[in-house]
Amino acid sequence: MLKVKGIDVFYGDLQVLWEVSFHIREGEIVVLLGANGAGKSTTIRTISSMLSPARGSIEFEGRRIDHLPPHLIINEGIVHVPEGRRLFPEMTVEENLIMGSLAPEAKFKRAETLEYVYGLFPRLKERRKQLAGTLSGGEQQMAAIGRGLMSLPKLMMFDEPSLGLAPILVQDVFHLVKEINDSGVTILLSEQNVIQTLGMCDRAYVLENGRIVLEGTGEELLNNDQVKEAFLGI
Amino acid sequence: MKKGNLTVGIFALLLLLFPLVVRSSYYQHLLIIIFIWVIIGSSWNLLAGYAGQVSFGHAIFFGVGAYTAGILVTKLGVSAWWGMLLGGFIAMAVALFVGWVCFRLRGPYFALATLAGGEIFRLIAINWESLTEGMVGILIIPTFKSKLPYYYLSFGLAAACILAIHLIMRSKWGYYFVSIREDQDAAESMGINTNRYKNIALLVSAFFTGLAGAFYMNYMGFIDPDVVFSLHYISIMAILVGIVGGVATIMGPAVGAVVMVGLQETFRSSFFGLAPQWVSEGHAIVFGLLVIFVIMFMANGIVGDWNKISRLFWRRKAVRT
Repeated sequence: MLKVKGIDVFYGDLQVLWEVSFHIREGEIVVLLGANGAGKSTTIRTISSMLSPARGSIEFEGRRIDHLPPHLIINEGIVHVPEGRRLFPEMTVEENLIMGSLAPEAKFKRAETLEYVYGLFPRLKERRKQLAGTLSGGEQQMAAIGRGLMSLPKLMMFDEPSLGLAPILVQDVFHLVKEINDSGVTILLSEQNVIQTLGMCDRAYVLENGRIVLEGTGEELLNNDQVKEAFLGI
Repeated sequence: MKKGNLTVGIFALLLLLFPLVVRSSYYQHLLIIIFIWVIIGSSWNLLAGYAGQVSFGHAIFFGVGAYTAGILVTKLGVSAWWGMLLGGFIAMAVALFVGWVCFRLRGPYFALATLAGGEIFRLIAINWESLTEGMVGILIIPTFKSKLPYYYLSFGLAAACILAIHLIMRSKWGYYFVSIREDQDAAESMGINTNRYKNIALLVSAFFTGLAGAFYMNYMGFIDPDVVFSLHYISIMAILVGIVGGVATIMGPAVGAVVMVGLQETFRSSFFGLAPQWVSEGHAIVFGLLVIFVIMFMANGIVGDWNKISRLFWRRKAVRT
């Protein structure tokens, strides 16, 4: 479904991704693991076209998307739930959700999708008229995920959805990701929460200093000595 | 909502009747100046308040509009009233260029670029003497002796400007503008072509400001680069009108225009001749103090913090009774 082939990405003169290649098959949950600064967010931002690769290509369903302007990526069926939620704080919850469905097809099914999202998050329905900036961290994450779903994505990319959430909420978020995946949406997840994510994903890639150093199924990586040492400290 | 409409209606009626009751051309003049500032302030507010692109260069569009009207007279011998038609559109053309250059930058850097832009246009107007007459300025004979036609025209323009912005902010454009202000990257992720919508906000804003400039030429009969391309009398004043009245509120700039023009005039005339002459030099300091006061105590401006203000008065009354 998504093929990233040998991309090099720079911030100015500083190279942060080195020949990163990976792929995602339809219906999978794929995780990008790595420490801070390893390049997880950069990879996701590059797929969203907010950064463009100096070399290499990105294909989605057989079409190259690496030179599309960022606002057109969503029309391809890819949505990015950014790190730190990035809601529009002075708009209401419902307005935020509606902002997620601007593409023609999503707009057509807006009322229906809104009901679906409210079904998934009854909490958001209760607070639909409230300003998004006044929600708690967990509720904001729900709203951000809901906003992403409003575009009826084929591929949903989550950038550290557990960031800054209480452990119990982290559990909820991962359950939710699984649930969304079961409904037929392919998932790309960047995370630092190694054990939980490896337990639920199909495959994972480990990034280190902007390079992919390991790949495998979740189970393989859980049992990998290098991963154990680097991330789990055992 | 209903109550708000009624208040606005009554105000509009009072303003329509005002020049028929108050015959003094001085007060009519003051209101005309206020109307001009309502237009400029509201336009600035659309771009800066709603779309979040703070401009320090609105004098560019005001000056271009004014010079369009003036040059039509001096170079083509056409009535300056055609400038009312053309001024807004020429200002939009200039805005396309300004946006093309400045929207590469975000936040404070955008603001600084527009600030520099304003000064560039002022210097061009000073030095391109074959077109603009340079520092000599352009003098035309106003069409009407009476203030009434100008009064009603400027009132109509200001009302149309406020109404247009009100309608825009209720349309999907309005939501796009606010989302760009709140978080440009997230807006981009939602599929909004942020560059296009920033330019649309700029174009609408420039159109009305250019219109105000062309009207100014027709009304005042005299312009020179230091008046219409002025950094502090136009660009900064536009920001003050917006901030004092209330950024990102529909009626804020209108209230701001009344306060700012009122203050400016009070000081310029040394409290209407009651205070010694040197007081007139103090208006810049008072503007500064006002901004400090507004930012410290009413960060959302008079309209934005109206609840806070009215509560203050209400509580005082309660203590008295």
